[in-house]
Amino acid sequence: MPEALHATLRATTPVPLDVALHCAPGEMLALVGPSGAGKSTVLRCIAGLHRAAEGEVRCGATWFGAGVNLAPHRRAVGLVFQDYALFPHMTALANVMAAMGHRAPATRAATARDLLARVHLAGLEERRPAELSGGQQQRVAMARALAREPAVLLLDEPFSAVDRATRRRLQAELAQLRRSLSVPIVMVTHDLDEALALADNMLLIHRGRALQTAPPAEMLARPANAEVARLLDLRNIYQAEVLGHEGEHTRLRWGALELEAPRAAAAGLVDLLVAPSAVLLHRRDRPSAGERENPVPARVLEVLALGADARVTLDVADPGGGPLVFTLPMHAARRNGLAPGEACVVSLLRDGLHIMPRG
Amino acid sequence: MDWRAFQLSVELAFGTLIILLPFSIWLGRLLATRRFPGRGFIEAAVALPLVLPPTVIGFYLLTAFGAGSALGQAWQNIFGSGLAFSFEGLLLASVLVNLPFAVQPIQNAFSAIPPALREAGATAGMPPWRVLLRVELPLAWPGIATAAVLTFAHTLGEFGVVLMVGGSIPGETQTIAIAIYDRVQAFDDAGAAVMSAALLGVSVVALGITNTLSRRVGRRRRDA
Repeated sequence: MPEALHATLRATTPVPLDVALHCAPGEMLALVGPSGAGKSTVLRCIAGLHRAAEGEVRCGATWFGAGVNLAPHRRAVGLVFQDYALFPHMTALANVMAAMGHRAPATRAATARDLLARVHLAGLEERRPAELSGGQQQRVAMARALAREPAVLLLDEPFSAVDRATRRRLQAELAQLRRSLSVPIVMVTHDLDEALALADNMLLIHRGRALQTAPPAEMLARPANAEVARLLDLRNIYQAEVLGHEGEHTRLRWGALELEAPRAAAAGLVDLLVAPSAVLLHRRDRPSAGERENPVPARVLEVLALGADARVTLDVADPGGGPLVFTLPMHAARRNGLAPGEACVVSLLRDGLHIMPRG
Repeated sequence: MDWRAFQLSVELAFGTLIILLPFSIWLGRLLATRRFPGRGFIEAAVALPLVLPPTVIGFYLLTAFGAGSALGQAWQNIFGSGLAFSFEGLLLASVLVNLPFAVQPIQNAFSAIPPALREAGATAGMPPWRVLLRVELPLAWPGIATAAVLTFAHTLGEFGVVLMVGGSIPGETQTIAIAIYDRVQAFDDAGAAVMSAALLGVSVVALGITNTLSRRVGRRRRDA
């Protein structure tokens, strides 16, 4: 019966850590954050390759904490290393069988063949790692991690060392493989799209500190604070002041303007996040339905062609000087005569505004 | 050809290997994988026989083997005979002067193993001894074999320390290198030539094996 993974880790040196995470059986938790944030360290602590000063790692049995510190080989983890760490002197089959010390020797080869077939490597059992492509090596690493029959599967940037096309294929394979796995899966990634595509929950880490845990789409739409929003590379973050609450809405002062946003339990100065998808350009020829919502006069600073889309940067007289960035189809930008220096009006749709308390 | 001296040299070489190799695997791996205070000092001490004149090493060993030292005294009490000018003393001296030839190739071989491989072994459920047997030793073996060949060849050819510590007692401490010296002193050029050629042959073969193996270490490093 698969158990949930709980980990609380605290340390000050050599890598500062203050992280608590929970991952249910069958759930995939993505650890995201900038390089050097401590994502891999968290993974290594779970596997027992790094020791936090204090805390607890528990998956059914306690692996770390309360005077216990199990050696890595006594923790039932499967770990896919960033560069795979395949044994170069062993064939693919032997690499997978090496993780089957818990099985009767007679059953190992057949089980390893099954596992390699599951990761689409049937026929390549006798190849050595140097004779396999990057994507094939990654699959061997995945099969070896599963061969352990782990209670927790850990993936350390498993797709970072392969090209884009291979990455997309491997991601699809992982999504498929997951359906047959019922253990907690923790994946380190710096790719938010990867987290969005694969993970159920996302834990943002910065300088060893856990900042927010939420489903990826939820965190991108409603980051807990401005720091989280910036780390997620979100634009359009402004300062505003809460004027009051009316029914479902909170009224804000933003520079010379007043805005309505979904109700939030906040007062005084707050940070305001405007989703690019909530920016509606008023058409010059005829008005449309959303125009009553938060109209904002603006001046075009830049129109950047990105393929079929245009990324538009507007000066919205933000007191902090921040521009408003959004994208719209190139033809819409042309039709509305968007060009640097031109004046325009946009609406900030209420539901796309997100108020972040300052703490 | 002085077969007694040749046999003694081969016995000395094998004896040195049997004692030195397991120790060097332990020490080489320790130096390659751990950072600890005094590590630089140990590395320097291991390299010392490379730079010290054999007579200096021999002098200190003789002093240490003598009945006036704690080691010599203890040996005398346990085995009833002195260490100096005995095969056992020669063996101990040979182990010490061969330290750099054994430890350094082994240390380099272990250093070339990516640390992630050890960690991968552990997370694959392999206890440390199994990681050593299944992962580390197979990857380090060209370095270990190099160490063995170098130690063997160097022991056959060692002269200065052997002369200082062992003297030249036929059947006890007269190795082939000493025997060649004695032949030359006795104007037996033919005898010296045969034995010199034999040593030359052994050395060339040893270096050939070593070079082949060290290329293999390089190849493995790229594979990993």
